[in-house]
Amino acid sequence: MSLELRGITKTFGSFTANDSINLRVETGQIHAILGENGAGKSTLMNIVYGLLKADSGEILVDEKIMNISEPSDALSAGIGMVHQHFMLIPVFTVAENIVLGHEKTGKLGVLDINTAREAILKVSKDFGFEVDPDAIVETLPVGVQQKVEIIRALIYEAKVLILDEPTAVLTPQETDELLKTMQELKSKGTSIIFITHKLREVRAVADQITIIRRGKVIAAVSPQTTEGELASMMVGRAVDLAPVKHKHSIGDPILVATDLTVRDALGTAVVKKVNFHVNAGEVLAVAGVQGNGQSELARAIINLEEHIEGSIKLDGREMRGESIYGSLHAGIAFIPESRELDGLVGSFSIAENLILDLHDQAPYAKGINLSAGVVLAEAEKRVTEFDIRLQSVSDAVSTLSGGNKQKVVIARELSRPVKVLVASQPTRGLDVGSIEFVHERILAERDAGRGVILFSTELDEVMALADRIAVMYRGEILEIVDSNVTREELGLLMAGVVNKKASA
Amino acid sequence: MSEIRSNIQKRRLRGVSVISALSVLSLIFFGFVSPGKDKTTFGFVLNNEWVILKEWVIAAATGARIFSLISVIASLFAILAYRKRAQIIVPVAFATFGIFMSFITWAASGKFIPFTGLLQGALLLAVPLVFGSMSGLICERSGVINIAIEGQLLASAFVSGVVASLTHKTIWGLIAAPIAGAAISFLLATFSIKFSVDQVILGFVLNVLVIGLTDFLYKKLLVPYQATWNTAPTFGHIDIPILSKLPILGPILFSQSVVVYLMFAIVATITFALFKTKWGLRTRAIGEHPTAADTVGIDVNKLRFKNVMIAGLIAGVGGAYYTVGSVGAFGKEMTAGAGFIALAALIFGKWSPLGAVFAALLFGFADNLQSTLTIIGVSIPSEFMLMVPYIATIIAVTGLVGRVRAPAADGVPYQRGGAH
Repeated sequence: MSLELRGITKTFGSFTANDSINLRVETGQIHAILGENGAGKSTLMNIVYGLLKADSGEILVDEKIMNISEPSDALSAGIGMVHQHFMLIPVFTVAENIVLGHEKTGKLGVLDINTAREAILKVSKDFGFEVDPDAIVETLPVGVQQKVEIIRALIYEAKVLILDEPTAVLTPQETDELLKTMQELKSKGTSIIFITHKLREVRAVADQITIIRRGKVIAAVSPQTTEGELASMMVGRAVDLAPVKHKHSIGDPILVATDLTVRDALGTAVVKKVNFHVNAGEVLAVAGVQGNGQSELARAIINLEEHIEGSIKLDGREMRGESIYGSLHAGIAFIPESRELDGLVGSFSIAENLILDLHDQAPYAKGINLSAGVVLAEAEKRVTEFDIRLQSVSDAVSTLSGGNKQKVVIARELSRPVKVLVASQPTRGLDVGSIEFVHERILAERDAGRGVILFSTELDEVMALADRIAVMYRGEILEIVDSNVTREELGLLMAGVVNKKASA
Repeated sequence: MSEIRSNIQKRRLRGVSVISALSVLSLIFFGFVSPGKDKTTFGFVLNNEWVILKEWVIAAATGARIFSLISVIASLFAILAYRKRAQIIVPVAFATFGIFMSFITWAASGKFIPFTGLLQGALLLAVPLVFGSMSGLICERSGVINIAIEGQLLASAFVSGVVASLTHKTIWGLIAAPIAGAAISFLLATFSIKFSVDQVILGFVLNVLVIGLTDFLYKKLLVPYQATWNTAPTFGHIDIPILSKLPILGPILFSQSVVVYLMFAIVATITFALFKTKWGLRTRAIGEHPTAADTVGIDVNKLRFKNVMIAGLIAGVGGAYYTVGSVGAFGKEMTAGAGFIALAALIFGKWSPLGAVFAALLFGFADNLQSTLTIIGVSIPSEFMLMVPYIATIIAVTGLVGRVRAPAADGVPYQRGGAH
C-alpha cells in the first residue's frame, strides 16, 4: 500500500508546524523522516493518524484521497502507529490492550479475549517475538511493550506502519532487534514510516530519507548520504558531530564514592553499594538504560536523595550528610535531568534563574537586599558568554527553547568555583546544534582540570566524551571500562551481560 | 519483581502485626482486666424464619475469652500464612470477627443483643452508602472524580419524597429519584468534561447547591404544606419465598424493600459489566490512559459523559431509599454526609465494586453497633460509642488495606492535542 501526502499545512496560532509538506511512501518501503525536535515530524504523523486536523492538504492511500479526521479512520484505511509514548493501558493485560477498541462480544455481551490471545500467539510466532498475552503490560520491559504495539498494528492489518521515535526508549540490543523486525515487516510488504533524529539508524534501514526542518521538507535523499551531510541538512548549517577531545594528562582523584547505597521512600535499594572515583581533568561517563539507578546516583552526589549510605568524598572531605547548599558551594556543579522540573523556576526571569544559587551572596546581595542592577549586569555577561538566544534577560525563563534553557542551567552551575561537574542527561531533548554546544562545554571543563561525571543513556554521547565509562545495571556498577570499548561490548553491558574481556 | 513481592510482604507484615496486637489486647482487656460480671444473651430470631437457635446465653467473661481466643488463634494462622508468603485475608477476617464478638459480649454484659437485628440494621444503614459508592465507582473508573455523591443522594431523596407525596404512589417516587440524580450528574459532566472545571471544587459546589436548594424548598414548601408535599408512602417488605425463611440470613437479605433488591441487582450488574464486557473494558481504559483509548478510536469524553449520567441514575435510586425506601417523609439534610462516607467506602474498597460494598457494610455495621449498644444501655459512655465506627475505619485503613491506587487519569480532564 502506498501513502502520499500532498501540501499538508498545519498552524498553531502564528506558528507554522507543517508548511505544505509533500511526501510519498511506496509499498514495502522504509521511509525515514529525519528532523530535529520541534521540526514538525510528530505533528505531521498525528495528522496522518487523525489525531490532529490539517489546515489544508490531502492524504492519499493507494492514489485515493482519504478523509482522515479520527484515529479510527486511519485504522480502517490501514494506517497503524506506534507512538513515542506507548498507547497501552499499563494495568491491562496484553490481550486486553489488543482487544480495546476492536472488541468482539459473545453471549450476554461477554468480551471475547480468546480470539485476540490466539492472534497474538500467531503473530508472535511469525516474527519470533516472545509475548505472553496474559501478562500485565506495566510489568513488561519497554522493548516488549513496543512489540505489543507492533503486534496490535499487525493484527488489525496495518499496511502502513508509523514508528514515532521508536528507539528513544530502547537499549542498543533492543534497537538492533527492532531494526531487524522492520526489515522483516518490509519483506512482507508493510510500508514503514520511521521517524527519528538518530542518523546511524536511518542509514542502516531506510530506503528513502526525507529531511524536515522548521515544518518544511528540506530534502529527499538516499541512505548513502553521509551522517555529516544529513546532520547539516537537519540543522541548517555545518555540524561537528564528533567533538574534538584533546589529549592531556589526567590528575588525581577528586571525587571518590565508596559503598554508596541509595534507598527509595520504601527502603528499597535503588543504588547498591557502588564504588567509583573521578579524576581531575577526566570525564567519567555513567552509562545505562533509563531506570537503572543513574538518576538516583546523580542526585545522591549532591545529597538530593533522602536515604544515602556509604561515603562521598570531595577532595578528601566527606560530603554525605552535607546539605544540598553545602554540596553545591563545596564545588559541585549539578545539571539535573529535567531542566523544567529541577533546573529552573519557569516563571522567574532569566536573570533570576542565573543567580538562584548565589542570591544570598555578594555582589548580588547587600544585607537583606538583592542588588537588581548587579543581577542584570551579571546576567548580560553570562548570556554573551554562553550564547543564550533571548529577547531580554527579564523575560520568564519558560519562554526560552529547550537548548537555551539548558544553557541557562549550565551558565548558572559553572558560575561558582567548581571542582566537579555532575551532568545528568544534559542533552536529552536538545537539537543537534545545542548538543554540540553542551558537548564542547563539558570537554572545556575537563580540559580546565575539573572532574566531570556524565550520566547519559545515549551511547554516542558516552563514546564521544568519556575517558572512562561506568555501566550501571539494576542499581549496580557492573564494570568501569576504558573509552576504547566497542559499541557492542557497551551495549551488552547495558543489558546486564558481563563480558570479562571488556574489563579495564 | 522481587521488589513488588517484598512490598506485598511488608504490607502483610503490617496487617498481621496489627491484627495480632488487637487480638491479644482484646483477650487481656475484655477477658481478664475488666471482665463482664453478668450473662450476655444473643437473640437470633427476627421475623417468622425457621429457627435453629432462638437465644444463646453465655457468661460475658467466658464469652469474651472464647471469642478473643478464637481471634488469637486466627492471628497465629495469619502469622503462619505470612511466613509461607501466602494470602492472609481469611485468618485476618476470622480474627476481626473474634475481636468484634468479644467486644460485643463484653459490652452487653447483662443485656440482650438482637444479633440478627444488628446485622439487618447494618445492611440497611449501608444501602445508601452502597448506591453512593457505585455512583462514585463508575465516575472515577472513567476518570471523573465525583465529590457530588452527597448532592446526588440528597436531591433524589427530596424529589422522590415530593413526587411520591403528590402522586400517592411509591413507584413514581422511585422513578423520579434517578432523574434527579442524573440532573446533578448532568451539571457535573457538563462542567467537568466540556469545560474542564476542577472536579473537586465543582463537586463541592454542587453539594452546597443541593443542600441550599433543598433546605429552602423544605422550609418554604414541605413544612407549611406538609399534607400535600411531604407525606410520601413507603415500599413494604417483600418476602422472597423459601429464601426469607432461612435462619439468620433470611430476614437480613430476603425480606426487604424493592430498593434493597435493586441494590443487589445493580452491584451484581456493575461487577459483571465492569470486568467482562466491552463497556467495562472501555470504561477502565478511559480512566487509566485516555490518550491511548482515543488512539484506538474510543470517544473518551462521550463515554465519560455517558458514564457520569449512569452514575447519577444509580445514586438517585440510593436517594429514593431515604424517603420511599424507608421513612417516607423528607427531612432537612437527611443524608447527613452519607455521600462522603460512600466516597470513603469507594477508596477503602480500592475502587472495586465488591470492595466498596464490603467497606460500606463495615461502616454500616460499626454505625449500627454503636446505636444498638447505646439503645440497650451499655455502661460505655455514648460519646465513646460514637467514635467506634471511625476507630474501626482508621484501624482497617491503616493496618489492613494496602496501597490503594486510584485510576491513573482520575480527575484529569481529557483534551486531545495534549498529544503533540
